[in-house]
Amino acid sequence: MKNKSQIAEKIKTIVMTLILALYIVPFLFVLLNSFKSRTDILTNPIQLPKSISFMNYAEAYEKMNFIKSISNSFMITLASVLIIILFSAMTAYYFVRVKTRFNNFMFILMVTSMIIPFQGIMIPLVTIYGGLGLLNSQATLVFMYLGFGSSLAVFMYHGFIKNIPLELEEAAMIDGATRFRTFLTIVFPLLKPITMTIVTLDVLWIWNDFLLPSLVLMQADMRTLPLSTFYFFDTYTVDYGLLMAGLMLTIIPVLILYLFLQKHIIAGVLQGSIK
Amino acid sequence: MAGKNKNKAGVGQYFLYAGVTTFAFVTVMIIPFLYGIFLTFTNWNGLASEWDFIGITNYLGVFKDKAFWESMAITVKYVLFVVIFTNLIAFFLAFILTSGIKFENVYRSGFFTPNLLGGIILGFVWRFLFSNVFVYFGNQLGIDMFSSSWLGDPNKAFWTMVIVTVWQLSGYLMIIYIAGFTNIPKSVVEAAKIDGATGLRRIIHIIIPLIVNAFTISVFLSLQRAFMVYDLNLALTDGGPFNSTRMVSMYVYNKAFLAQNYGLGQAEAIVLFIVVAIITTVQVKYSKSKEVEA
Repeated sequence: MKNKSQIAEKIKTIVMTLILALYIVPFLFVLLNSFKSRTDILTNPIQLPKSISFMNYAEAYEKMNFIKSISNSFMITLASVLIIILFSAMTAYYFVRVKTRFNNFMFILMVTSMIIPFQGIMIPLVTIYGGLGLLNSQATLVFMYLGFGSSLAVFMYHGFIKNIPLELEEAAMIDGATRFRTFLTIVFPLLKPITMTIVTLDVLWIWNDFLLPSLVLMQADMRTLPLSTFYFFDTYTVDYGLLMAGLMLTIIPVLILYLFLQKHIIAGVLQGSIK
Repeated sequence: MAGKNKNKAGVGQYFLYAGVTTFAFVTVMIIPFLYGIFLTFTNWNGLASEWDFIGITNYLGVFKDKAFWESMAITVKYVLFVVIFTNLIAFFLAFILTSGIKFENVYRSGFFTPNLLGGIILGFVWRFLFSNVFVYFGNQLGIDMFSSSWLGDPNKAFWTMVIVTVWQLSGYLMIIYIAGFTNIPKSVVEAAKIDGATGLRRIIHIIIPLIVNAFTISVFLSLQRAFMVYDLNLALTDGGPFNSTRMVSMYVYNKAFLAQNYGLGQAEAIVLFIVVAIITTVQVKYSKSKEVEA
């Protein structure tokens, strides 16, 4: 009996390791070829590089305008997530604690709007903001992320705040704190678990988003990382060594972060999907 | 008087807490959505200052636009394969990973990795694999199937879209199925074992009914994600060859922004939205009705 379960365990491990290889190997091929010249790649894309050369990296770094793009991505993601968190938490708190017909209507409107896909809105969105001359601005992009991201965030905060007992706030208010102060000092810290979930979902979404920034940002020096990667590939279509180095540059920072935060990221994604 | 004051204070409070969110939500979601519906009744081309109301001509145009329905058909076929394979694989991975295996967390993190990267990046990674690495293997090992790039063949290019999407999304849905498996009370499984339910029977009669909730969520997410695919489509196949992989999102995008036909493009976007809304609503209603309590 014991033998049988040991064999089963072995088989499971082998099968899972083989499948895991399917998830890892694609990236290894990119890594491998990022050190090679174009001709070496064309003659044999699976051969190990003859020598480790960072030439491709140096060139890709410059041609993708890497530092500029990654800091654009960073600033846009940071600003968007911060304002989504702050304003959505406040809104949800207000909707839970002050039940007017209008508040209820706005809440239901926000929840219902979540079924509208971005593609259903992108054409009029570009038309309106283009007409007002508001495109080609990172501030507009951040504002749009608040508009698109607030529904889900308000919905998730709403569900969480409903379960926070009112007594906690009453005690603070009796001590003379205003409602706003109570929210900031008592309620907001309690929201940490759900805040982590929303941060995870929104960072993954905004950091990797392509379609919206491609419609809003036209100037080359405003581009986020997915945009500059795309244009980089568009320009150097067959310069494979260079392209692979560019891909690695965009992938590596994410993987490093993932090494440290994997538990939180997976927990965040899970919580976000279940709700 | 007191009532009026209270009302005023209420409005002020609303602006303090919900003002910014409401403003962003209304100007980014609601107004464009309504304006989009308005656009579909005009013949505006995105540039001209003059346009006319043309009634439902655009909607009639949607039904006459053969290329749109070809894209829709390709998309539906793609969605079907993606939903089936992604959920089967995710279910399988979750089942093995929760059945007691060493280094469970390593596998779980590994399978999830592609979901940290956007469709643009993944599309380029796989474009290189399909057009260079696989072709090399095909030629060296004499495997005919891989001897020329799949991306250059209209039939095979469709499958590259399915393969990469399944590869990415199965690691995501696996997380949801793992949660489903972990929530099954141990006592129920033990009782089934004692009653003599083994292997496959245990899965079909005991486990699946108890994790219908995970199916509901996973099928919904995969339906939605697959129907709306754009980034991966753009980076991997760019709709080609010969439009054989042009999914409906890309079609709508091109119709509006390349062909400058905003009214028709938006009418098609709305038809797409309605199709997806109907399908996902039916799916969620149906699978919710199958949920049972442990």
